[in-house]
Amino acid sequence: MTDLKSILVKFQSIIALLVLCVVLTILSDKFFTLENGWNIARQISINVCISVGMTMVILTKGIDLSVGSILAFSGAIAAGLLKYGLEIPSMNTYIGFTVFGAILAGLTVGGGLGVLNGWMITRFKVPPFVATLAMLAIARGATMLWTGGFPITGLGADFAIIGTGWFLGIPMPVWITVIVVVLAVILTKKTKFGRHIYAIGGNESAARLSGININKIKTWVYAIAGILAAVGGIILTARLDSAQPNAGMSYELDSIAAVVIGGTSLSGGRGSIMGTVQGALIIGVLNSGLVLLNVSPFWQQIIKGVVILLAVIMDRLNHPNED
Amino acid sequence: MKDQPNIILQAKNITKRFGGVIALDNVNLDVHLGKVNVIVGENGAGKSTLMKILSGVYPEYEGELLLNNEQVNFNNPKEAMRKGIAIIHQELNLIPYLSIAENIFLGREIHNAFGILDSRQMVKQTKKLLERLDCYLNPKTLVSELRVGEQQLIEIAKALLEDAKIVIMDEPTSAISDTEVESLFKIIANLKKHNVSILYISHKLDELFLIADRFIGLRDGKTVGTIEQVEGATKDDLIRLMVGRDIKNIYEKDAVTFGDEILKVKDICLPKATNKSCFLIENINFSVRKGEVLGLFGLMGAGRTELLETLFGLHPKIMTGSVFIDNKEVKIKSVMDAIQNGMGLVPENRKEDGLVLPMEISKNVSMACVDKVVKNGFLNSELESLLSKKYIESLNIKTPSEKQLSKNLSGGNQQKVVLAKWLATNPKVLFLDEPTRGIDVNAKNEIYHLINTLAKEGLGIVVVSSELPEIMAISDRILVLSNSKISGEFNQGNANEEAIMKAATA
Ligand SMILES: Nc1ncnc2c1ncn2[C@@H]1O[C@H](COP(=O)(O)OP(=O)(O)OP(=O)(O)O)[C@@H](O)[C@H]1O
Ligand SMILES: [Mg+2]
Repeated sequence: MTDLKSILVKFQSIIALLVLCVVLTILSDKFFTLENGWNIARQISINVCISVGMTMVILTKGIDLSVGSILAFSGAIAAGLLKYGLEIPSMNTYIGFTVFGAILAGLTVGGGLGVLNGWMITRFKVPPFVATLAMLAIARGATMLWTGGFPITGLGADFAIIGTGWFLGIPMPVWITVIVVVLAVILTKKTKFGRHIYAIGGNESAARLSGININKIKTWVYAIAGILAAVGGIILTARLDSAQPNAGMSYELDSIAAVVIGGTSLSGGRGSIMGTVQGALIIGVLNSGLVLLNVSPFWQQIIKGVVILLAVIMDRLNHPNED
Repeated sequence: MKDQPNIILQAKNITKRFGGVIALDNVNLDVHLGKVNVIVGENGAGKSTLMKILSGVYPEYEGELLLNNEQVNFNNPKEAMRKGIAIIHQELNLIPYLSIAENIFLGREIHNAFGILDSRQMVKQTKKLLERLDCYLNPKTLVSELRVGEQQLIEIAKALLEDAKIVIMDEPTSAISDTEVESLFKIIANLKKHNVSILYISHKLDELFLIADRFIGLRDGKTVGTIEQVEGATKDDLIRLMVGRDIKNIYEKDAVTFGDEILKVKDICLPKATNKSCFLIENINFSVRKGEVLGLFGLMGAGRTELLETLFGLHPKIMTGSVFIDNKEVKIKSVMDAIQNGMGLVPENRKEDGLVLPMEISKNVSMACVDKVVKNGFLNSELESLLSKKYIESLNIKTPSEKQLSKNLSGGNQQKVVLAKWLATNPKVLFLDEPTRGIDVNAKNEIYHLINTLAKEGLGIVVVSSELPEIMAISDRILVLSNSKISGEFNQGNANEEAIMKAATA
């Protein structure tokens, strides 16, 4: 009895996901098709990338509200450099970028902004909520400046492969996401770094007294969150063949929702990457299902909110003694 | 003629399981009206669990509770409180940035018809309440400014406001100074006069004789007997009740031959961060040799914890002075440096600073030496289990497995996990800050022997303790701290309680 219950609890996200799929299959004949499957997978992959970084941040008892803006900025940087290169009039130089170089630049910018977040939080003790809220505004503004408020389009077929290409019968974004997830699972579960993340979230003071360099770990975590937001930004830009200045608006909310639905505790120290992946799947399937069923967008929002609440209530019931 | 005891609360056949662990197994308990009912038992015997059931913290259990012969069932602490049962947990539950009065009236605020708080009334009542406890603090003082002992008083006052008939105290004296203990005992006597019944838990056996009216023994989740007649009972009787057999409770240290000097500190000062001319510790000089146990004694606030923290690299920017390990000067700028140079610190507060409570025992044990359980760049759970199993066995940690979450262990066993964490780093110098706080007699002895064994293995050990008999039993040499400075030094030969106390209050 208790065994059955604990198994149900353990796999509750997967069960919820299966139930959701069965219901949608019954309601719509377009849902359970290979084409729709790949479609959903491609859409979800960006949220998964961001949410993997978000999970690590939340495990340390932090939060990152800036991922949507960082996503937009790094995508725009990659697109802009690829299309126009970098002109430095004062030095009379022009630097052209290959696809690879542009991507690398985008990732670096994402990571750099993440480091800046981490620096504010660890060095100046700015609460993560505030530091990343400021970054949300700053990076969005920077995106507007960089793009002049207009999309950067026409980035070429080589770049578009990242968003629309296939490899071994599987879409590229899915490949990238799978790699990100595998690396992140290994990082959090199998390395010293990951252990330190959990320790800091579980009890920062005890972690400090155990010789863990709190500031270094936290800075890295925000840097990783920034880099993964940039990965999402590059995938999105490549898929649309266009960097939109308002890309990634409110993506942080979907990402936090995925983390929370996946059972990671906002008070830090408990949760997992795989939980988040399941959370992102639930949100993604729900989104696409509601669209297929022609549910009005207004109702979609309400349903999503209710699902988040339900997930957290379930989590509370399973962990009654935490605050 | 002996009068019939008046039983106010009765627990009948209480069983409590946590998953597979049976914490309480058919426990029966009578609480006598207006008496101090003391519960004794080893770490993990189930004392705290039983108290949590009586006070509504755990609403689910088998068995029944009778309050004044009436069956009761509490769904939460508030319901228990309404029926007159209050619990004072070892961890205090006050809100630091609210005043004393605001804390006491939290959730029971007095307000007028418009919902506006009547703080004058609340302050007045708080004042009256505190006076009943012989306490003359200003009710508007913020709780964050109070000492631990005073905070405890506020918790008691809170219980009295609800007119508690039964007050449960779980290890109330483990974190307060001797004078505070004295005033606590006065309060308990006072409560008794008002016919309040007390349930009291402590591992400090000596103090129990000062207040107990009766003893109840708990062992492995079962009630094993009571001592109704306190006069004439001895400490050995108590130990027999707890442990079920006689144990030699007088610890005798084996002689250890000292090796070379392992730690030397010179002119260590720690100015206050706010006022550089004021010192938390001032001009401390001492050395420890391999195999030596150096005791640091002092009253609360004398600077003992600050000294250990400073040496351990927690205040690198403001401390001055030099530290030598193995006769080489070392620069300790962080805890990492301290660990790398072979230091370990078992902190005073295991829950706040010692353990990551929601983590498995095994992960806590390896926390300060993760590199030991890394194989080919990855954490290896087999190595990790092996490491922690070694200490679970050698320190006799009571747990179903090394994968148990630390928060599910009893207090004493948690302390052993913290010890294991530091032993796992193979330190050269070990700092122990109140290592036996909240630990039962048997485990205390085990820890004393462990300290002795570690000394024999050549560690230099510095122990802080506020229990004088303890520090005299385990140390080779005792340094006394008073007002941030060293005020006395004693060797095992010339140490006596009076002289040490005198130096401590100098
Ligand atoms: N939440 C829990 N989950 C699992 N096991 C628990 C939990 N709480 C307590 N236990 C187990 O129940 C037993 C009794 O614990 P309890 O805290 O009541 O002991 P105690 O007598 O108060 O010990 P101490 O003197 O060390 O405080 C222990 O073996 C402990 O590991
Ligand atoms: Mg206890």
